[in-house]
Amino acid sequence: MKQLKFLFAGILFGIVMTKSEAISWFRIQEMFRFESFHMYGIIGTAVVIGVIGVYLLKRFSVTSIDGQALMLKQKEFSVARYLLGGTIFGLGWAITGACPGPLFTLLGHGIWSILVVILSAIFGTYIYGILRSKLPH
Amino acid sequence: MDIISLLSQPWHWSISGLMIAGVMFLLLYFGGAFGVSSNLRVMCSLAGAGKRTEFFRFDWKSQIWNLIFILGAVIGGYIASHYLASPDPVIISEATQNHLSSIGITTPQSLSQGTGYVPHEIFTLTGEHSLRNWLMLIIGGFLIGFGTRWAGGCTSGHAISGLANLQLPSLIAVIGFFIGGLLVTWIVLPLILS
Repeated sequence: MKQLKFLFAGILFGIVMTKSEAISWFRIQEMFRFESFHMYGIIGTAVVIGVIGVYLLKRFSVTSIDGQALMLKQKEFSVARYLLGGTIFGLGWAITGACPGPLFTLLGHGIWSILVVILSAIFGTYIYGILRSKLPH
Repeated sequence: MDIISLLSQPWHWSISGLMIAGVMFLLLYFGGAFGVSSNLRVMCSLAGAGKRTEFFRFDWKSQIWNLIFILGAVIGGYIASHYLASPDPVIISEATQNHLSSIGITTPQSLSQGTGYVPHEIFTLTGEHSLRNWLMLIIGGFLIGFGTRWAGGCTSGHAISGLANLQLPSLIAVIGFFIGGLLVTWIVLPLILS
C-alpha cells in the first residue's frame, strides 16, 4: 500500500496537534491576545527548522522517495488574494479556534460539533469556487 | 516515569515545533506537501462539484494521499485522546483566563470541567445559546473554507510550508490571518459573547 505512509504521517500529525495544544480554542485566544509565547514558540520553531531544512534539501537537490523533485513550488505573487483571503480565514480561525488541521484532529477527539464547522468549511470552499472569477487574485 | 506518561504530558513548544517541521519534511519526502486546506477543495470535487464549476474540475485523484493524511489526523486525535490524554486540562495564561471569564467563557480548571480544547459555551448546540452557537460554528467554518481557498492555503500551507520556503505571498497571507484573528478576538467575540 503506497498510501499507507501518508496515514502514518497523518496519525503523527494528529498526535502532535493534540500534544502541542494547537487544537485548543483557548490557546488560539491566548495567541491573538498576545498573552503567551506558547503558539509563537511552536510556529516559530517549526519555521526556523523548516527554513534551514528546506535550504539544505534544495542545496543538495534531495528528491522524494520516488525520485521526483520535492513539491516546493513558488507561489505566484499577489497582494489582494493573500491579504483578503488570509483575513477572511483569520476571522474563521479565531471564531472556531481551529484551523483546518485541528478541525480534523478534534473530530478524532469525539467533539462532534466540529462536524458543523467542517461541513460549513467545505461549503465555503465550494462558494469560493463559484465566485472565483469575480474575486481579485 | 514510563514513556507513555512522559508523552502524555503537554509537550514543550520547542518539541511541538520540531515535530510539526518533521511532519512537513516527512510529507515532502513522501512526494506530497504540507497543506491541509487543499482537502476541502478535493472533497468538493469528490462530491461532484466539478459538474457545475470549473474550479473543481481538476486531477483530484492525484490528491488522494492528502485525504489519507487527514484521515490519519482524525485517527491521531483519537489515539491522543484515548491513550495519551493529558493529566490536566490545557492551562492558559491567567490574563487570558480573566478576559475570557469577563466575556462568559470558563477555562476548565480540572478534567471534570473539560479538557480545555473547546469551550462548551460555544460548542454546545442545544439549550440556551444554541442559535448563537450554530451560527458561530457555521459562519466560522464558512469563513475558513472560503478564506483558505482564496488565500491558497491555511496555517500549514502558508505559515509553516510557505514561510519555510521563504515565500513572500505566505508572509502576506499570515499578516491577513492576524488581521482577521485580531478583529474577532478583540472586537467581535467580546461583542457577541457578553
